[in-house]
Amino acid sequence: MSKQQVSQETRTEHSFAADSVGLVTPALYHFDEPLELRSGKTLNAYDLMVETYGELNAARSNAILICHALSGDHHAAGYHSVDDKKPGWWDSAIGPGKAIDTAKFFVVALNNLGGCAGSTGPTSIDPATGKPFGPDFPVVTVRDWVKSQHRLMQRLGISKWAAVVGGSLGGMQVQRWAISYPECVANAVCIASAPKLSAQNIAFNEVARYSITSDPNFHDGRYLEHGTYPKQGLMLARMVGHITYLSDSAMRAKFGSASAELESTTRGNLGRDLRSGKLSFGLNVDFEVESYLHYQGERFSANFDANSYLLMTKALDYFDPSVDFGGDLAKAFENSDCKFFLVSFSTDWRFPPERSRELVETLLRAGREVTYLEVEADQGHDAFLMPLPRYVDALRGYLNNALEETTRDAS
Amino acid sequence: MRPDQEIIQRWITKDSRVLDLGCGDGTLLENIRQTKNVRGIGLEIDADKIQRCVERGINVIEQDLDKGLSNFQPDSFDTVLLAQTLQALSHPDQLIDEMLRIGRRGIVTFPNFGNWKSRLYLSTKGRMPVSKFMPHAWYDTPNIHFCTVKDFDALCAQKNIRILERRVVDLKHEGSVSMRLLPNLLGEIALYHIARG
Repeated sequence: MSKQQVSQETRTEHSFAADSVGLVTPALYHFDEPLELRSGKTLNAYDLMVETYGELNAARSNAILICHALSGDHHAAGYHSVDDKKPGWWDSAIGPGKAIDTAKFFVVALNNLGGCAGSTGPTSIDPATGKPFGPDFPVVTVRDWVKSQHRLMQRLGISKWAAVVGGSLGGMQVQRWAISYPECVANAVCIASAPKLSAQNIAFNEVARYSITSDPNFHDGRYLEHGTYPKQGLMLARMVGHITYLSDSAMRAKFGSASAELESTTRGNLGRDLRSGKLSFGLNVDFEVESYLHYQGERFSANFDANSYLLMTKALDYFDPSVDFGGDLAKAFENSDCKFFLVSFSTDWRFPPERSRELVETLLRAGREVTYLEVEADQGHDAFLMPLPRYVDALRGYLNNALEETTRDAS
Repeated sequence: MRPDQEIIQRWITKDSRVLDLGCGDGTLLENIRQTKNVRGIGLEIDADKIQRCVERGINVIEQDLDKGLSNFQPDSFDTVLLAQTLQALSHPDQLIDEMLRIGRRGIVTFPNFGNWKSRLYLSTKGRMPVSKFMPHAWYDTPNIHFCTVKDFDALCAQKNIRILERRVVDLKHEGSVSMRLLPNLLGEIALYHIARG
């Protein structure tokens, strides 16, 4: 294995589950060729933080690219240390024998530009000033990300992905791949996504952005130079975001453990579990759901850069591949040469099934081959990260067949 | 191969695009992909059948036929297929219109309620027929719109739909000379190859 390839150590005596990729080490790839961005600005040089799982086969035909969503990164599966409490963000789907089977596929995950997990972003030092980029980091779009991912693909010696896979904002990158690099994608797997955001989606993003930029510690984005960060703003942004990732039913279930006892009289407590068993009659945190949101906000604000969050939400808002085709998205997909696999979830109200159906209709209009599943799930938008049997089985079935097809085509 | 499927295959041209409404586990689409190099898409609502389609690489879209086919463009397929599903639809007449909007040709197959066995059952017992052929009780059946060969002929005439070919077979999916002569009486499964008038 070259040094660029991530070493995938065998499980230690601390022993991970048999279907875990185990310990993984990310690798940093440096790119010197300037990257011209959609905005007209240029990144002269940049780094991408990358993790890979599984082995690239001799024909280099079994590679899968994982595109992350708003707050994701390159750490999609496995553990960085035996002490890690949690595995990578999509460990439920990536591993030996899992839906994205690392015994069969070579899986590549990266942190996108503008992120804050090792790839060049607002917290990186701007070589021009010697200070962190901060708010001066250029706005990056889905198109720019995919361009950088394409360079990574070439660096890895891969000429065509067996599949490009992503959920939510990741699914938008999948669409962009199919449009911009049709010769490089055999299968586009687009989960819980949309062809572009609606006004409601943008509105939620703007609430998140305003909560960050109006935090007194934001300092016009130069908070690092002031030795601080907009913790309250990030917390609020994440709390709002988190509500949109869950469904009403998911929240009822998650915070309604008391419902069983009360069932006979109230038919469930609607997720109104109390934190301490009684009301405070004050402004304290009374309900479990409040405490949960605070916890999620706290955890997120400690780990995510505010400028990165602003950039990611902008990339979401700007995504609309139809702009180059007179507003006709079907035209955008006319040159695509891959099969499409789409999944939506019944209670997802951030990117509801209608949005995926829109995409299906567009792909049909473009004459593309499409498979589409509408999975019953209570978990809302978050369902795309959950090991729901129907969803996981279909993803596994689709990818395994895709590999057979590529192998057949190659021979 | 089952004779009804053989008949359907004969009606489908090589290298064409086929939309299979109620494609089940994708067996038919897989067959015609192999024998006719067809580019096919199936619609299905049963999760297990969809999974089978996915595993064998058949394009399948989870979609309820009763909610319409407005997401499909006019003339976007060569043939639209509706095999043994007509009788389970809320608005079979509207769906047939849709089939011929989307496809140049249509293929419809359905159980023929005009078959002598159904007639005998109803006339002697005075009750809705229940048999291996139609195993459901009247109140608990997915088959809400049974019709006969004559009924379907009449619908086609009314809609100015051209019948390119009509065949009937029995439950063993075999045809015979007598069935050709008395299709509505002897045929158990009817197969229609249709086009816009």
